[in-house]
Amino acid sequence: MAHQKLSPHQYLILGLVAVCAPLGDTFLSRGMVGLPSISLEHPASLIAAVFTPWVAAGIALLIGFFASYLTALSWADLTYVLPATAFGNVIVALLARFWLHEPISPLRWAGIVLITVGVGFVAQGPSLTERPALEERVAQEQVR
Amino acid sequence: MMIPSPAPQTGFWTATAMIASIVLSSTAGEVLTAAAMKSIGDLDEIRAHSGMKGAIRAVVTCPLFFAGVSFLALAFFALLFALNHLNLSLVAPASASLTLVTNAIAAKIFLKENVDRRRWTSAVLVCVGVYLLAH
Repeated sequence: MAHQKLSPHQYLILGLVAVCAPLGDTFLSRGMVGLPSISLEHPASLIAAVFTPWVAAGIALLIGFFASYLTALSWADLTYVLPATAFGNVIVALLARFWLHEPISPLRWAGIVLITVGVGFVAQGPSLTERPALEERVAQEQVR
Repeated sequence: MMIPSPAPQTGFWTATAMIASIVLSSTAGEVLTAAAMKSIGDLDEIRAHSGMKGAIRAVVTCPLFFAGVSFLALAFFALLFALNHLNLSLVAPASASLTLVTNAIAAKIFLKENVDRRRWTSAVLVCVGVYLLAH
């Protein structure tokens, strides 16, 4: 496996993957909690919910997450990108602690440390599995 | 990883089957989507050559991409079904953390990714971390 160095632009894409999903979920939750109770008998109210500011912003963030996730998968391995998505949980927990002043139990702090160490571990390695070019593979087949 | 006991009205094996269906469909979706994106090529380069429309066209004309998204949708509905029967504090951490490990295994088998000791260690650390954080 050769070392594939990521460009600053690619690190930015991974950052968007980590940030957009948890923020999108939080925005959706914030928007839906603020709305009156929606029943299945009135599905139109669910569609109307999509156009409220918090829900619309949440959907936009989730679209941003999916676009950056697909982009990241086009130049990095799945096992490299997935820890970045999990790092979003750490960002949300830290925002909850320092912005919303919510308490975080010692077990959760342990989880934050483990995820951070795990992401740091995989980020130090290559981002993409190196595969031999077509000509090299044909030459290897001919040797056999 | 040990799965904690489910809500009282649902049996252990039923809960395990529900969580397994989320994990398996999610893993299939992630692997198929990753395979689709690898077959399409670097999206940044495609966008540089053909613009945003060209990049979107490359993605939406790939059958593997739709197979992946279908499995991800299935995973979403399996999650909703499980949440209807089990506690969120059980389903969310168990499915999120187990999916990381099954993805590493599936990526090695089906995508032929070089999942070396570093990536296994990372997968296990993040798996336990997500479980602790979400529980």
